[in-house]
Amino acid sequence: MLKIENLNVHYGGIHALRGVNMHIEKGKIISLIGANGAGKSTTLKSIMGLVNKSGGSVIYKGEDITKSNTIDIVKKGIALTPEGRKVFPDQTVKENLLLGAYLRKDKKGIKEDLEWIYTLFPRLLEREWQIAATLSGGEQQMLAVGRSLMSRPELLMMDEPSLGLAPIIVKDIFSIIKEINRAGVSVLLIEQNAKAALEISDYAYVLETGVVTLEGAGKDLISNDAVRKAYLGA
Amino acid sequence: MTKQKKWLLSCIVIAVFLALVYFLEGIIPSYSNWSMLFTVLEKGSIYALVAVSMNLVNGFTGLFSLGQAGFMLIGAYAYAVFTIPVAQRAAVYQYFDGGLIQFTIPVFFAILLAGIVAAIFAFLIGLPVLRLKSDYLAIATLGFAEIIRAIFQWNALGPITNGSNLLRKFATYQSALFPIIACGICIAIICLLINSSYGRAFKAIREDEIAAEAMGINLFKHKQLSFVISSFFAGIGGALLAMFQTTIQASAFKAAMTYEFLLIVVIGGMGSITGSIIASFLFIACREWWLRFLDSELYIGDFQVPLLRAGFRNVVFSVVIMIIVLFYRKGIMGTREFSWNGLLRWFKNLPGNIRSIPGRLKRKNKKEAQINE
Repeated sequence: MLKIENLNVHYGGIHALRGVNMHIEKGKIISLIGANGAGKSTTLKSIMGLVNKSGGSVIYKGEDITKSNTIDIVKKGIALTPEGRKVFPDQTVKENLLLGAYLRKDKKGIKEDLEWIYTLFPRLLEREWQIAATLSGGEQQMLAVGRSLMSRPELLMMDEPSLGLAPIIVKDIFSIIKEINRAGVSVLLIEQNAKAALEISDYAYVLETGVVTLEGAGKDLISNDAVRKAYLGA
Repeated sequence: MTKQKKWLLSCIVIAVFLALVYFLEGIIPSYSNWSMLFTVLEKGSIYALVAVSMNLVNGFTGLFSLGQAGFMLIGAYAYAVFTIPVAQRAAVYQYFDGGLIQFTIPVFFAILLAGIVAAIFAFLIGLPVLRLKSDYLAIATLGFAEIIRAIFQWNALGPITNGSNLLRKFATYQSALFPIIACGICIAIICLLINSSYGRAFKAIREDEIAAEAMGINLFKHKQLSFVISSFFAGIGGALLAMFQTTIQASAFKAAMTYEFLLIVVIGGMGSITGSIIASFLFIACREWWLRFLDSELYIGDFQVPLLRAGFRNVVFSVVIMIIVLFYRKGIMGTREFSWNGLLRWFKNLPGNIRSIPGRLKRKNKKEAQINE
């Protein structure tokens, strides 16, 4: 579905991504793990067209989107849940969700999706008219995920959805990711919480200083010695 | 209150207000001290329109733009130049052989034209300038406004702008109801825009550009849209101000004028339309009327009250502004809007309100009981 070949990104003099290759299959959960500064967020941002690529190509459903702008990429069905939640703090929960559907014109479909998201996150329905800044961290994360689903994406990319959340809420978030995936959305997940991410992933990549050093099925990587040492603390 | 009830109440209040203005205009003679009321209502509503248009860019879209006086200047001139009666042009353009333009257009279209010309200028300026961020944008727009002012005073353009001389004798209005209704309609249009999906996109850009872009919002296009619409209404505000003043001169549209609007927007609350409106009327009422006494010497018996002299008003004003910036950082309304329910709640919570006292005691007792438990 999404094929990344030899992706390179420079930030000034820093070579942040050095030839990353990844392949995301339809209907799967793929995770990308790595330490801070490995280039995980940069990978997502460059797929979205939020960061300039200095080399390589991104192919989505057989179409080259390397040079497309963000708006076209969203229209093609890729959505990003940014790191650190980034909900729109002064707007209500409903307004936030409607902003996710900004490029869509089908009112009926938007309404249906709004209901789907409210069944996925009943908490958001309770707080429909509340200002987003007053939500708890977990609720904000749910809102951010719900908002990116409102563009009805085929591929959802999540940047550290568990960041700064209590363990019990992290569990909720991961079970919701699985549910979203069951609804037919492919997921590309970035995580520091490597264990939880690998457990639900069909396939995973390990990124180190801009290079993919290891890849394999999620379950295989959990038992891999190098991964255990570096990311699972065992 | 239900939605219909609120609508009905709002309509009644507006109708009563307009009727009252109409009635008072008939009975208050122009030499009376109370005729100041109309100055405040007229100028206040014009300032409210410009302040709301500035709030659209600065408060709702989060762009720090300081070009408002420039766009008002364009609007004021576009209006005045096309409505000076042909017979009067020889007198007005006395240094430029009666000027270049020898026709007039109806007032309504001239006002609309004022907005459109300002919007076109905003579009062209926005192309390079809106790629800048925060302070740089402010500097660029401020610079533009000053350049426009200089160009309009340029003698080579005299046949159109009358150089640095006054423009006068253009069409004006008779009743204070005209600017009030015109500004009311314009502000209502801005309200509709802010409550639409475009308004949501503007606010999203203000709150987080990266997240907004990830939602598929075209940052530049929306900034441009907000900037152009804001300038359109600033242009209309300029035209109305010209009508209010009956004469205009480019040298009046200084950067200081933009700061007045910035002040109103900040006092009213960045991101609150009703806040801007309330602050406009307060600002104009204080400056033109209530604080006037500070500028004249006052004797009680033989004792001259100290400090009161010409210009002291501005000192008091500055102090008030500092107090607001220090202690009322969010302004009168913050990002909230006026609502009837909010007003009711405010009345109920007034300290002197007898009806609220039993409720407060009950709450206090409950709290104490909770603490004791």
